[in-house]
Amino acid sequence: MNVGVSLLAVIALILIPWIGVSALGLDSFFGIVIPYLAFFVFFIGLIYRIVQWARVPQPFKIPSVCGQEKSLPWIKYSRLESPANTWEVVLRMFFEVVFFRSLFRNLRADLQGRRLIYGSAKWLWFGAILFHWGFFIVLIRHLRLFLYHVPSILNYIDYVDSFFQIGFPPIYITDLMILGGLLFLLLRRLVDAKVSYISHASDYFPLFLILGIVISGILMRHVYKVDVYGVKELAIGLATLHPAMPKDAHIGTIFFVHLFLVCTLAAYFPFSKLVHMVGVFFSPTRNLPNDNRMRRYVNPWDYPVKYHTFCEWQEHFKEQLQQAGFELDEEWCKGQNVAKENKAA
Amino acid sequence: MALPKPDELLQDVNLHKAPEKHWMDIKPEFKRGTYCYAVEPQVMEDLGLPHMGQWQPHDEKWPLPPDWKERTLNALRDRLNRFRSFKLFMDICVRCGACADKCHFFLGSGDPKNMPVLRGELVRSVIKGEFSPLGKLFGRLAGARELTEDIIKEWFYYFYQCTECRRCSVFCPYGIDTAEITIVMREVLHELGIAIDWAMKPVRFCHIVGNHIGIQPHTLKEIIEYLVMDIEEITGVKIEVPINKKGAEVLFVPPSGDYFADPGIYNFMGYLILFHHIGLDYTISTYASESGNFGFFNKLELAKKLHAKIYEEARRLKVKWILGGECGHMWRVWHQYHNTWYGPVDFLEVPKSPITGTVFENAKDNKIVHICEFTADLIAHNKLKLDPSRNDHVVVTFHDSCNPSRAMGILEEPRFILKNVCNNFVEMPENTIREKTFCCGSGSGLNADEYMEMRMRGGFPRANAVEYVRKKYGVNHLACICAIDRAVFPALMDYWVPGVDVCGVHELVGNAIVLDGEKERTMDLRYRPLKGKEGKEGEGV
Repeated sequence: MNVGVSLLAVIALILIPWIGVSALGLDSFFGIVIPYLAFFVFFIGLIYRIVQWARVPQPFKIPSVCGQEKSLPWIKYSRLESPANTWEVVLRMFFEVVFFRSLFRNLRADLQGRRLIYGSAKWLWFGAILFHWGFFIVLIRHLRLFLYHVPSILNYIDYVDSFFQIGFPPIYITDLMILGGLLFLLLRRLVDAKVSYISHASDYFPLFLILGIVISGILMRHVYKVDVYGVKELAIGLATLHPAMPKDAHIGTIFFVHLFLVCTLAAYFPFSKLVHMVGVFFSPTRNLPNDNRMRRYVNPWDYPVKYHTFCEWQEHFKEQLQQAGFELDEEWCKGQNVAKENKAA
Repeated sequence: MALPKPDELLQDVNLHKAPEKHWMDIKPEFKRGTYCYAVEPQVMEDLGLPHMGQWQPHDEKWPLPPDWKERTLNALRDRLNRFRSFKLFMDICVRCGACADKCHFFLGSGDPKNMPVLRGELVRSVIKGEFSPLGKLFGRLAGARELTEDIIKEWFYYFYQCTECRRCSVFCPYGIDTAEITIVMREVLHELGIAIDWAMKPVRFCHIVGNHIGIQPHTLKEIIEYLVMDIEEITGVKIEVPINKKGAEVLFVPPSGDYFADPGIYNFMGYLILFHHIGLDYTISTYASESGNFGFFNKLELAKKLHAKIYEEARRLKVKWILGGECGHMWRVWHQYHNTWYGPVDFLEVPKSPITGTVFENAKDNKIVHICEFTADLIAHNKLKLDPSRNDHVVVTFHDSCNPSRAMGILEEPRFILKNVCNNFVEMPENTIREKTFCCGSGSGLNADEYMEMRMRGGFPRANAVEYVRKKYGVNHLACICAIDRAVFPALMDYWVPGVDVCGVHELVGNAIVLDGEKERTMDLRYRPLKGKEGKEGEGV
């Protein structure tokens, strides 16, 4: 049900520009209006989400400590897993965001009779790395469409990415990475009983959507050749805020499908689980140092709480205290009363 | 219903199979042994908290207040505006499932709602369904649902099947911490008057009397006198224990479990022997006689209420710094919350060991030191006269208690101590210790008798690791630095791994310390013969 609905939704999203462009001739609507609209929603939406998170205070310093604390000088502490200062937190976040360090720890538990067996389970990490890194480099590669003069770094990335020189134009390694990663993540969601059970339609939808983007992109390069110069003209026009549909260019419907799916992803991004990309930077269990006893953390909404004071307690247990031979501390309570009166005055 | 036998308990647990029905269509079944009893109304009244009168979780209809829905949604909204952690964790989960088989309750029950991701989803779905227009529009497709009375029951069931151990947060790629969600959700339920008796009675006791057990000042003094007599009988040395002493250098606050029940009391004897051995100028307080904090298992406000006493007492007694005993969630509260609540702690001094001169820079702001840090420092400076052979009858493994590991990171100190006071120390498998340690299955106020089946299920992964080292190395002692561990492990071990005793680290320290003027030791602190001294105990040589 969840899978079917998501797949249908993506198919519908493919048909919209297909019909819009090839049957109705709405080139500029799908080439100009929709991209601007989508990226407007993307930026405003993302800023909105960031502001929402930033506005809510984090009341306590609650790092998840995954290694030895900094305590006695002769005990080596774990700088990455129990960061004791901001610099170490930055390092921890770097490894988390760039290499998915926590995911790398993943284990698999199996119950065999009465024995629990734990095994290494790095596949999820590997699939996630393929997908995210593939996506990131593909995105960077696309920059060449927005720049008149392509900087050499982009050419270099292109060179490395098509290093194996299989086919013509050569197949990009990152295309295979992102495709492999996506298929793995999708398959895992379908096959693993636990993950399948927790999946909503909103978990399958982005997978199908991005799969649609990747496949349409690959088709454009290798099967239905599009007019790349026309595409670049359009892209630069959009980027420089002088949008115009390139004249006499036959861009090809497949391009509009690709673009429309990208626009859908951009507009959907801030309102879905995909915001984890930005959210991870706000995660208080990762972005705070484990230096609680060294440096005080202030909770902006902290308020005083009434507790059972010593004097109330002493009054309550006067007899027992005297019986047990403890001296009563009248002096302290007198002092407390004076302090209270002073405060009231 | 009686507790099933160990071999039967896990028969229907399958970690790789999901139910046919969608989880939103499955209601919790309140089977005896899997939930704790509701709080007695008087307890809540004594603390000025709302309650639902006399009721029990297994009742078909719960006496929810008439405005329960509004109250619940307001409570959720309020937390979303005050806890970035909660808001973020509700927003960014991608349901990758990395946490799924990391929870001890899931591993022991196979119940999919005990996968941390689904535990979070129980709330996430309501937040989407009630507060988000998109969620309302797409409903179940987006994982959204409307709040119903059955969901309140479900929340109660599953947020009291989480021990706030934080193991899932170690594995989550975004650091989503289910403990944080559970803390918030127990607060939300509290606003309706829903709480469990076992977690609330200790709060009342601690608030009024000074400790969870409700031990009054004169009784505490008597208990200590008894323990001192035992120490004298075993070691031949009579030691003094300062109580409520003004002007002492250090205020020592132990968890009440350590002076109340077996095997905590042996650990307490260990503390006393240590302090006597080094001649520490310290005091114990009858007013601040609890370092643990059951308030934390109910509501952050209650947690703050209970520990305020420790600082007032430190001020009144004019001590220089505070030393804390071995306890689990206690150290999460002391380490991660204390100076936010009570700071700046400018009336105390930066802790400095009077014996070694070590300045505890890591505790320079809130001025509280863990006893394992303190003792490890003493041993490193060769200040203790130790005879580890007195623990030769012990083959010990160390259980990292969840919160000292994952909310503090005290991993090496207890190991260093154990290696110095025992000759036979072995580790459990690496995926079950340190930051990957498993909960005892009864933490966060869930150590009630009526909850026994769930405790045995939740404690299974830990017990299974102990069973492994028992078979492999003949382990007969499980050492830990948590009072709840010490209270609940004996039952867990009896059930899964009979023949393993439970002890604190300082009990073994107490066995090993060679006191000035002691007689020949033939017994350990439990009156058990030392290795090679069998048949000699009580003879007085």
